[in-house]
Amino acid sequence: MGKWSRRAFIGAGVAAGGALVVGIAVRPGNPIDGLSPLLTDGENEQLLNAWVKVDTDNIVTAVIPHVEMGQGVYTALAQMLADEMDADWSKVQILEAPADMQYVSDSIGRDFLFPNLQVPALIEPTVAGGILELAQAMGLQFTGGSYSVRATGQRAMRTAGAAAREMLVAAAASEWQVPAAEITTADSMIIHAESGKSEPFATFARAAAEQSLPAKPKLKSPENYKIMGQPKARHDIPEKVDGSAVFGIDADVPGMKYAAVKAPPVIGATIESMDATTAKTMPGVLQILNMGDFVAVVADGYWQAQQALGTIDTRYSKTEGDGLDQDAIFARYASHLDEAGEDGGDMQTEAGDITKGFTEAATKVEAEYKVPFLAHATMEPMNCTAWVRDGKCDVWSGHQAPVNARQAAADAAGLPFEDVTYHNAYLGGGFGRRSDSDAIIMATRIAKATGYPVKMIWSREEDTAQDHYRPSATSRFRGGLDKDGKAVSWDNIHTHLFDPADAPTIPHYNIASHRIRKVDVSMHLRFGPWRSVDHSQHGFFIESFVDEMAHAAGKDGYAFRRELLAKSPRHLKVLDTAAKMSGWGSALPEKHGRGIAFVPSFGSIVAQVAEVDMSGPKPRVTKVYVAADPGFVVNPDGFTAQMESGIVYGLTAALYGDITIKDGAVQQSNFHDYPMLRIDEMPEVEVTLINGDHERLGGGGEPGLPPIAPAVTNAIFAATGTRVRELPIAKHDFA
Amino acid sequence: MTKFTVNDRPVQYRMDPETPLLWALRDASNLTGTKYGCGTGDCGACMVEVDGEAIRSCLVTIGEMEGRFVTTIEALSRDRSHPVQQAWAAENVPQCGFCQSGMIMAAAVLLKKNSNPSKAAIDEAITNICRCGTYPRIREAIQRAGRVARGEAVLSAAPPPGIDPDDAAKAVPALTPGK
Repeated sequence: MGKWSRRAFIGAGVAAGGALVVGIAVRPGNPIDGLSPLLTDGENEQLLNAWVKVDTDNIVTAVIPHVEMGQGVYTALAQMLADEMDADWSKVQILEAPADMQYVSDSIGRDFLFPNLQVPALIEPTVAGGILELAQAMGLQFTGGSYSVRATGQRAMRTAGAAAREMLVAAAASEWQVPAAEITTADSMIIHAESGKSEPFATFARAAAEQSLPAKPKLKSPENYKIMGQPKARHDIPEKVDGSAVFGIDADVPGMKYAAVKAPPVIGATIESMDATTAKTMPGVLQILNMGDFVAVVADGYWQAQQALGTIDTRYSKTEGDGLDQDAIFARYASHLDEAGEDGGDMQTEAGDITKGFTEAATKVEAEYKVPFLAHATMEPMNCTAWVRDGKCDVWSGHQAPVNARQAAADAAGLPFEDVTYHNAYLGGGFGRRSDSDAIIMATRIAKATGYPVKMIWSREEDTAQDHYRPSATSRFRGGLDKDGKAVSWDNIHTHLFDPADAPTIPHYNIASHRIRKVDVSMHLRFGPWRSVDHSQHGFFIESFVDEMAHAAGKDGYAFRRELLAKSPRHLKVLDTAAKMSGWGSALPEKHGRGIAFVPSFGSIVAQVAEVDMSGPKPRVTKVYVAADPGFVVNPDGFTAQMESGIVYGLTAALYGDITIKDGAVQQSNFHDYPMLRIDEMPEVEVTLINGDHERLGGGGEPGLPPIAPAVTNAIFAATGTRVRELPIAKHDFA
Repeated sequence: MTKFTVNDRPVQYRMDPETPLLWALRDASNLTGTKYGCGTGDCGACMVEVDGEAIRSCLVTIGEMEGRFVTTIEALSRDRSHPVQQAWAAENVPQCGFCQSGMIMAAAVLLKKNSNPSKAAIDEAITNICRCGTYPRIREAIQRAGRVARGEAVLSAAPPPGIDPDDAAKAVPALTPGK
């Protein structure tokens, strides 16, 4: 058992048949507020884990403590581990870690993965306390915050790979009686050139486990990367082209029945009464359950359950949310902002003398922006299959935090964590929605009530109306320019702040005096993380206002941003790259426009230039140029896909996304009234990747999203002179 | 009333003839490659081929399928060898993958009718929704599959390690005689 710092610890052992197993736990940045006090050093940290196994057939298995929801995390993390190990990529397998607190209850997870594994305890007892408590509080395996590659990959997978390699080399050196320094590794082989000896990793797997653990495994420098930085094909692709990939909704449990559910349209209401006279007589119907906060119909088939549910007449309790309409919500935001006035609200950041900044400004600019509520609309509607019987519970679903899902099921079933088995499947879209456990809890409660396995599927209508929404928000700005048109002051106050805390801030822009404040506005709706979280709002707010300041300064958006980034060469390079790709400044046809936006988020720097064609009946985004610097790109094809993905998700929201409230309830129900971008509206996307800092990596899943809305609205302004200050764009008439 | 052919095998569903094809395929045949996304025909995740046409299986009943030939993603090929599947792998198209069965079925039907579709023809034919944003790659993959189908290119986007092509064609209990 070795330990090299308070930030990381390692364990190793031999699995059945002589396989080497190396496990590592680290605790890098933790996006969950409120848990950091549990750590004694007060840093925001999160416990993660990663494992590698070297089998006797020389297969290297990367155990990935994250879930796959299309972001390519299985492959990217395996690349990081395999590269440090010098593994043969064609012999690397991938396994998702089970939903278990390996470091908390130390046997179940290992038994699941490696039956009969005899290893020294993977947990370092002395690091208990804060870490253990943190692990118990939040679960270990959260996938979100664009964290997997930059945290787990960079700190755990690479280290685990390097540690395994060093132990294998040490074992070979001992056996061959040669200095370890003379041994090289390549393609899962251990080589001693001088003596001509070479053996596969597997030969030394058992002996390697007996080596002392490296104090600090040496990581490769980028010029030695062989697998990192390569566009390796994703491991999960083949099963996603033949229908065999299993998602949560595909769970198949013998004897399983189906449940359709309906919750009160106004969130927070309860079922006061229901009339299920017709439903009871319908074919296939087994049980009709009034669960208090929702109605469930359990039937032999899902369609039968849905049909019966549709005939039930339900009365709901009154709530405080009743009667609330969308206009009143924005009016509420306005009154809170008015109340905060010149100096109220919660201060987030302040620099320089804001009063002086405005007094001395030659030109002042003011603007107010609004963004709507948004649903996630994952392609796979929320669902969960559960079976509660004989003091045990099994749950099948796709969740971004499997350990949390397991805990939620345990609570709902009234069973200890140990008696719940959580089976995670592929996620048919996550985007933050699958970090909530509401569907897990509902299905477990239904299963508990019935005693047999039940697959609960939300209808698309239910999925749309019962989401944990991206909050709507209003943001007000005041900006000051000096006589040369340089930005000298920036004053922002906005409603709502969730995560990450830096979303409204502009440390990258050099503006002498600035102040950013927020006001909290309460609401009965449920909110949840939505791809890029607060950056999805503030990216639009900030980059729209920068553009307005540029216009007021008589400068174009690119030149104006260049001035603000003059002291940050790395940022500037990203901005310049996107501008250059787009041919910024060159002539465009009439009624076409170009807009630029620049948003660093989740550790990555992204600039986008969008081109719009405003000659038709509605705006058409024809082209998007992307320059992105995430530090180092582990899988260029995968990262490019994530840029494309962020653009589609963000552009859909910018053009159409609008969840509205009437009488306390969400008005939208399905894709006809909550429309999605389709292929015929898909702009061409060109991506250039920049490796600007190989030690501090940024994320990929979210940073592509925040710049797209402002890039498009800035382009619309360039084409038409109309400034879009409220999303979605579909609300506006440009004729 | 509900006798038809699914993936080259005769089937009679002992279900209400009003049952949407989607739910018969998923719940009775365990052909779960066909997905439920909206139930209203808007998203196309449930697309299957019926007598040569790309059909949203949530919008048709099994009663209406009487005597027809239904092909789902599971039987597009038994080994991922269909040009669309190969092109999909070569272009790394899927992300979350949930909409991809429907996309692939729509693409396969399009190529049957037009083996050399333009970008505009693709945009017109593919009306499915993808939330992950695989659209740019779908355009590329369909044109690439077209080149393969026309014999102008060959493609063997071998499955990555650790994934056996045989697992593509798992036996479907509901369609296996004697079970």
